[in-house]
Amino acid sequence: MDLDKSVVGLTSKEYVFEVENRHVGQFAAAIGDNNPLYTDEEYAKQSAYEGLIVPPTFPIAMNNGDAELPIDLDHRRMLHGEQEFIYHKPVRVGDRLRCQMIVSDLYDKEGKSGKMQFLKLDTEMKDESGELVCISRMNIVYRSLAK
Amino acid sequence: MIKDWSLEELLVNQKIEPMMKPPITKVQLAQYAGASGDFNPLHLDDEFARKIGMDGVVAHGMLVMGFLGEYVMKIAAQQAKVVNFTMRFGKMTFPGDEIRCSAIVERIVEEDGKRWIALDLTAEKKSGEVVGSGSAILQLND
Repeated sequence: MDLDKSVVGLTSKEYVFEVENRHVGQFAAAIGDNNPLYTDEEYAKQSAYEGLIVPPTFPIAMNNGDAELPIDLDHRRMLHGEQEFIYHKPVRVGDRLRCQMIVSDLYDKEGKSGKMQFLKLDTEMKDESGELVCISRMNIVYRSLAK
Repeated sequence: MIKDWSLEELLVNQKIEPMMKPPITKVQLAQYAGASGDFNPLHLDDEFARKIGMDGVVAHGMLVMGFLGEYVMKIAAQQAKVVNFTMRFGKMTFPGDEIRCSAIVERIVEEDGKRWIALDLTAEKKSGEVVGSGSAILQLND
């Protein structure tokens, strides 16, 4: 069954995610990204960020497995087509971010194998004062299953 | 590192020196699974991957984006902040693949004493197969 526009604006339950030093280190090591902006306080202080930050794709790791989707989706039909990170402020070790997933858009396109649906799922991350820090946006192609 | 230029001097259409990553390993996929929380067996279990028609495990698409992120942060160095970063997933990446990251300056915007540099990004295999294409916006403060 196809999704309809009424899903736009639906939100998941909010969860709090704590950015931990060890986690950031493991994430950077897996990529092989040894930028001193993640580890060297002195170096980071002299940068545009004025302090240590996390790798730019780190927000993708910011769930404890308890983050639920705002809507029921058939995982077999989901294809992660594109990923975007929008930074309003840097993410730093020690941050406790309030995260919530929102269906921000849904639109159709005619494809080779019939109608395809495109879904934008935003995880908004806010700091403790409620200010927006980062949006992690997943663009999902919601395909029809082959018969 | 990757610069014989400074960010302030970049020009539109200028190509930035690429970055080569060492071959992706299965251990790296396990590390990335643990660090990202993505334990999809497609990335970890050869037998599972074969059952669904692959030759073996496939790298996480987000690992490739991680490579481009590493590259962008090297370009930004201490001078700029990365305020926007996007990637479209391309062809699949497998253990053994060596990924090359490259960038071209797409646009430069100046306003109110601030400068933004938009980069077009490509991650590709040695064969030229594109595994990720995207963009990043770097913000320089004066």
